[in-house]
Amino acid sequence: MSAVVVEARGLGRDYRVGGGLLREGRVVHALAEASFSVEAGRTLAVVGESGCGKSTLARLVTMIEEPTSGRLEIDGIEARPQSWAKLRSRVQIVFQDPYGSLNPRQRVGAILAEPLVVNRRGGAGERAARVAALMDLVGLRPEHRERYPHMFSGGQRQRIAIARALVLEPRLLVLDEPVSALDVSIRSQILNLLIELQERLGLAYLFISHDLSVVRHVADAVMVMYLGRTVEAGPKEELFRRPRHPYSKALLSATPVADPRARPERIRLEGELPSPLAVPPGCPFAPRCWKVRAVCREVRPALEGDAHRVACHFPEEG
Amino acid sequence: MTTAPMPTATVRRPSPLAEFWHYFRENRGAVTGLWVFAAFVLLALGADLVAPFDPAEQFREHALRPPAWAEGGLWTFPLGTDPLGRDMLSRLVHGARYSFFVGIVVVVLAASTGIVIGLLAGFAPTWLDTLIMRLMDVILAFPSLLLALVLVAILGPSLTNAMIAIAIVLQPHYVRLTRASVLAERSRDYVTAARVAGAGPVRLMFVTVLPNCLAPIIVQAALSFSTAILDAAALGFLGMGAQPPAPEWGTMLAEAREFILRAWWVVTFPGLAILVTVLAINLMGDGLRDALDPKLKRS
Amino acid sequence: MPLLQVRNLTVEFATAAGPFRAVDGVDLEVEPGEVLAIVGESGSGKSVAMLAVMGLLPWTATVSADELSFDGQDLRRLTPRARRRLVGKDMAMIFQEPMSSLNPCFTVGFQVEEVLAEHLRLDRRARHRRAIELLEQVGIPAPEERLAAFPHQLSGGMCQRVMIAIAIACRPRLLIADEPTTALDVTIQAQILALLADLQAETGMALILITHDMGVVAETARRVSVHYAGQKVEDQPVLELFERPRHPYTAALLAALPERATTRILPTIPGVVPGQHDRPAGCLFAPRCSRADQLCRTVPPPVLPPEQGRARCHHPLGSGAPEAAPAGAAPSGAPP
Repeated sequence: MSAVVVEARGLGRDYRVGGGLLREGRVVHALAEASFSVEAGRTLAVVGESGCGKSTLARLVTMIEEPTSGRLEIDGIEARPQSWAKLRSRVQIVFQDPYGSLNPRQRVGAILAEPLVVNRRGGAGERAARVAALMDLVGLRPEHRERYPHMFSGGQRQRIAIARALVLEPRLLVLDEPVSALDVSIRSQILNLLIELQERLGLAYLFISHDLSVVRHVADAVMVMYLGRTVEAGPKEELFRRPRHPYSKALLSATPVADPRARPERIRLEGELPSPLAVPPGCPFAPRCWKVRAVCREVRPALEGDAHRVACHFPEEG
Repeated sequence: MTTAPMPTATVRRPSPLAEFWHYFRENRGAVTGLWVFAAFVLLALGADLVAPFDPAEQFREHALRPPAWAEGGLWTFPLGTDPLGRDMLSRLVHGARYSFFVGIVVVVLAASTGIVIGLLAGFAPTWLDTLIMRLMDVILAFPSLLLALVLVAILGPSLTNAMIAIAIVLQPHYVRLTRASVLAERSRDYVTAARVAGAGPVRLMFVTVLPNCLAPIIVQAALSFSTAILDAAALGFLGMGAQPPAPEWGTMLAEAREFILRAWWVVTFPGLAILVTVLAINLMGDGLRDALDPKLKRS
Repeated sequence: MPLLQVRNLTVEFATAAGPFRAVDGVDLEVEPGEVLAIVGESGSGKSVAMLAVMGLLPWTATVSADELSFDGQDLRRLTPRARRRLVGKDMAMIFQEPMSSLNPCFTVGFQVEEVLAEHLRLDRRARHRRAIELLEQVGIPAPEERLAAFPHQLSGGMCQRVMIAIAIACRPRLLIADEPTTALDVTIQAQILALLADLQAETGMALILITHDMGVVAETARRVSVHYAGQKVEDQPVLELFERPRHPYTAALLAALPERATTRILPTIPGVVPGQHDRPAGCLFAPRCSRADQLCRTVPPPVLPPEQGRARCHHPLGSGAPEAAPAGAAPSGAPP
């Protein structure tokens, strides 16, 4: 049993929108009751569409924002704003957009050395050595050190971003759609790199993605989110083979399959994605669910089960 | 995997400076402006070498001589002389030095304070941001010349005080520009990445975000240069800026007011100098903006 | 007679670093009512080629072709006036970013009716009726009220539906969809693709779908054209393409899909797409191809006949299934 790197219990985050000096704003429940844990060397995938709260989750786990409810523990230490500075080096992030995640005015060497400079780790010589080691680890050449980000392709920039995330020797990497913005042929290069790094360094991954084929390939466990809540969570193979929540089923069936002979039973969801400003009472998925009944609209289902949990009054049987 | 060397048709990627010049060069007005401005700078720096006479030297016998090509002119004084017999050409050339000095000092002062305040406003909590911006709005509400006059009236008429006044008046533009850029860049991923790495607010402001906000500031600096020259000239004209006998172009205009009909060259040449310089800088500033704006880039 | 006939289309841009050939000798043929998918990654020139056909490129682009005709009309020789009568009416296009494709200052109704006014010269009431009809056809609920909405009040999926409504307003014979669902969520993507397929079946218009997603291709297209670095490298019916790809790039692309992975480490295509500054002398794919030899590196390959998938290759793949990995490919993707 590997060590648990990150554990979250009932994490929630509310935002106040539209308030002013004289007016009370409305409350947006961007994330509610998220509970999960990730062990070293394992990958938890978070799956969902716009408004599901996965970006908020990323911001909470990387300690950029404080949760309004719940508890987050990193390496067993509770993450409160007072302990953030100490815990920063253990959680790092790789973003989706390789074109926006690197400072256009900094050379690669400076970008990679920055976390060390900011945390006052080591002298100039040690920093240079670490930067060189990381560049080699992710497949960059030494001469790339003096170049600016715009001189690199999307895949290379993502490698630089991954190297930067590894500088402080983190235990957990939050990967926010790391390959969605890359071409297919580059995607597999970066996925392979991530898999190798995980094996070599024993990293835990929180892998956020909407691309189910990528998730199926890299994840060990999957969490499906809808409108800020977890609707299903469990081991990967289980969830993909026997999805129990109607939304998971719809998501899987909506993903195009690269096989012209396959004619899947397409579940066509009616209606639009909901807005987190207007969360309906009861089950958040009720307005779009094809098996909705009265109880679904009134009582919110709780996340139940042990290894394979689902939040539904009438879950699918596999 | 192939290992043999690949015959390729290589094209060198141009350096950022070469790319900038490619776009800048297309705007003919801007290039003309650039040359004129360069000439202006050279004149300002080398005034002592270029000017035939000392600007304060008076030749009483040659007072109010018309320009060389007109009736009664002398080639020793190519652009004529003023009522006290001082050579116009020398005065104009030295005036360039004053104007250049004014432009540089004002822009540096306004930009540095404006950038710092703008950074603060961009990163500050909402209440502080609002406070700062309302203060800037108040400053902007004043007609710039009026504010400068008031300040100069309090501090006393001199070129230094005029420069301080103009800098204060120009500074809100930089605050606004910087703040707008900061707000746009602040939510970008690379800033978040710096935060996750542990960067504090000071580093975020000056090292991470500021270098990415420079393009509009550079353009504003170029255009402020000309505004500073115009404002200094206006103050000089009103007697609130450089004091006579300083050969500042605006001050020269003030002294020459009564000679508009009698000796047109005393008034026209300083006015022309101001016009040409300001026009050149504005053309150049326009070209700079087009060349630096990434949305207008084509490759 | 093909509806759209393009032969040897070449587009060059004048850039700060010299001329850049974004599209290089592309041939395209679309029959009436056909669904063609154009697949390619960034740098393949697929969008530029279609923009050139529509005449929407900026002045820095030089478009040349041996043949470029739509419904018998030569597009190269059209006057701007004649082109405006054609584009938007018989040939329509929808784009990737639905939120920014609509003018934020005008209501949805205004923008839909604008097209009707311009091309069909209907009167006010007829335009209003047709606009409601169109919004219904694209599956927008409560169309009457939506006509008065502004684009920022609509979601991405809704905006894309409005774009489709504008595009089909004049019953075009050809609709070009440039990555219409890339910016949308998966469940919305399924809705939009189903809508396009339904519309295509109903109206019998030809549909060109530009995408980089092989799943979308497999489910929607009948014929596929694969593009790489500005050139067309393969052109086959969809079944044949997935089962018997002829060009090594197509095979590698299919092999790199995570859903086809048999091992934890995915097969990759080493290297990067050639840019403006490093175009190889022979086959453009040779630097990354496991089968490339000296001939490939020096001589540009010919375009093979349809039985061999119109592949642009010296050594096309035989009748095998897509290869699992280009032989000798470094598993983690060697640095470019």
